[in-house]
Amino acid sequence: MLSAEGLRHTFGEGRGQVVALDDVSFTLTSGQTLAIFGPNGAGKTTLLKVLAGLIRPQAGSVRIAGGRRAIGWIGHETHLYEHLTVRENLLFWASLYGMPAPRRGPRAAEVLGRLGLGDRADRPVWSLSRGLAQRASIAKALIHDPSVLLLDEPFTGLDLAAAAELRVLLGELRGRGAGGGGRVLVLATHNVDEGVELATDVAFQRRGRFVHLAPLGGRGPSEIAEAYRRAVEQRTGGVTDG
Amino acid sequence: MGEVLAQAWAVARKDLVLEFRTRTALVSAVVFAALVLTVFNFGRDPTAVPTIDLAPTILWVTFTFAAMLAMNRAFQLELENQALEGLLASPLSRTGLYWGKLVANLVFVAVVEAVGLPLFVLFFDVPVGRVLAPLVGVIALATLGFVAVGTLFSALVMRTRFAELLLVVILLPFLVPPLIGAVQVTARLFGGRPLSESVGYLKLLAAYDIVFVSLASFLFRFTVDE
Repeated sequence: MLSAEGLRHTFGEGRGQVVALDDVSFTLTSGQTLAIFGPNGAGKTTLLKVLAGLIRPQAGSVRIAGGRRAIGWIGHETHLYEHLTVRENLLFWASLYGMPAPRRGPRAAEVLGRLGLGDRADRPVWSLSRGLAQRASIAKALIHDPSVLLLDEPFTGLDLAAAAELRVLLGELRGRGAGGGGRVLVLATHNVDEGVELATDVAFQRRGRFVHLAPLGGRGPSEIAEAYRRAVEQRTGGVTDG
Repeated sequence: MGEVLAQAWAVARKDLVLEFRTRTALVSAVVFAALVLTVFNFGRDPTAVPTIDLAPTILWVTFTFAAMLAMNRAFQLELENQALEGLLASPLSRTGLYWGKLVANLVFVAVVEAVGLPLFVLFFDVPVGRVLAPLVGVIALATLGFVAVGTLFSALVMRTRFAELLLVVILLPFLVPPLIGAVQVTARLFGGRPLSESVGYLKLLAAYDIVFVSLASFLFRFTVDE
């Protein structure tokens, strides 16, 4: 379970102040995937960083069942060390999550196999393509079997085939969470098409303001895009980013 | 505490594997130390000032600047693929991260010093054999202090432009006390004076280590958290 209540966060002061989060609240339970759409600078990354505990909000609170250990974080960067092999990276991250040493190797092998990286486990990260590196990044995020996955623009830099592959993979991950239950996924993206395919819930964010539409209810990308435009107009007096 | 130590060891081990695999900072620091010693060797007039008088200062200036090169890389490698973001989102304690970086930096600097000391003996013909054990002790004591402060400051400047330059500018004033202590004790050792004459400076070095390792362990979280 992931719950955010009254989150507010700003950057800067005075006339230059930017409101990144403005009274953001929502609750997600296992099996739900929230796709957050918004233009660049809308505050999506700030929200994910607050959820991940990377930024302490100026107001509001986040509750995650299992605390920080329950979070898997996938950013648009891979968080991997280029000169370690994929397996070494996973073993390192497993140790940070307090996994006992005898369990790390088998768990890394299991995750790598599941993500189709078994035959590339002993290759250094620098030798992988962008798509494979992104897979390795997901393997890193899954090493401790988190119940909440936070994904910040995970499709950035991927070609069409790799992006489609990633969408399928994330769809599978949603249903196979820690202890056999479903995971909570929170996906930030500015691309409606990418998010709608995965989402059970959608939210629109612009200048920190947040409109949560739940559930998705079979609406397609064009309807979501139209709802997005209307929601932004309502919240900002008709000004949109186009 | 056990978990913090385990995390610190994981971070240190990872940094050491990365450095010994790429050898970028280590080779640069060792080459730099060799060049500085070479310049000092040929850039002085041995008839004007006896070598034994200059040697302690040359040794510590070389170690200090070579160590700065090594320390710079400590957090720069966490910026690659934004690995730091992953570290901070994980349950890794900030103290565990600091101690891990501190241990890795101490090993790097120790390697640079282990290569630099024989070169120093070679160039300056200083008889260190009879004072090797106390000299190594003084080097260890002074190195712990300035690496503790250097590790903290390298985290502080990592997201700034010209981080390498900024680190030197803000770190050097803090290194004056351990440098004075280290140079004074080293001079007395090279001069064949008993260690008991250097107790005051040794206490200064020990106090500096205790204060700055404790202070840096506490303050570190404020340098990495947003």
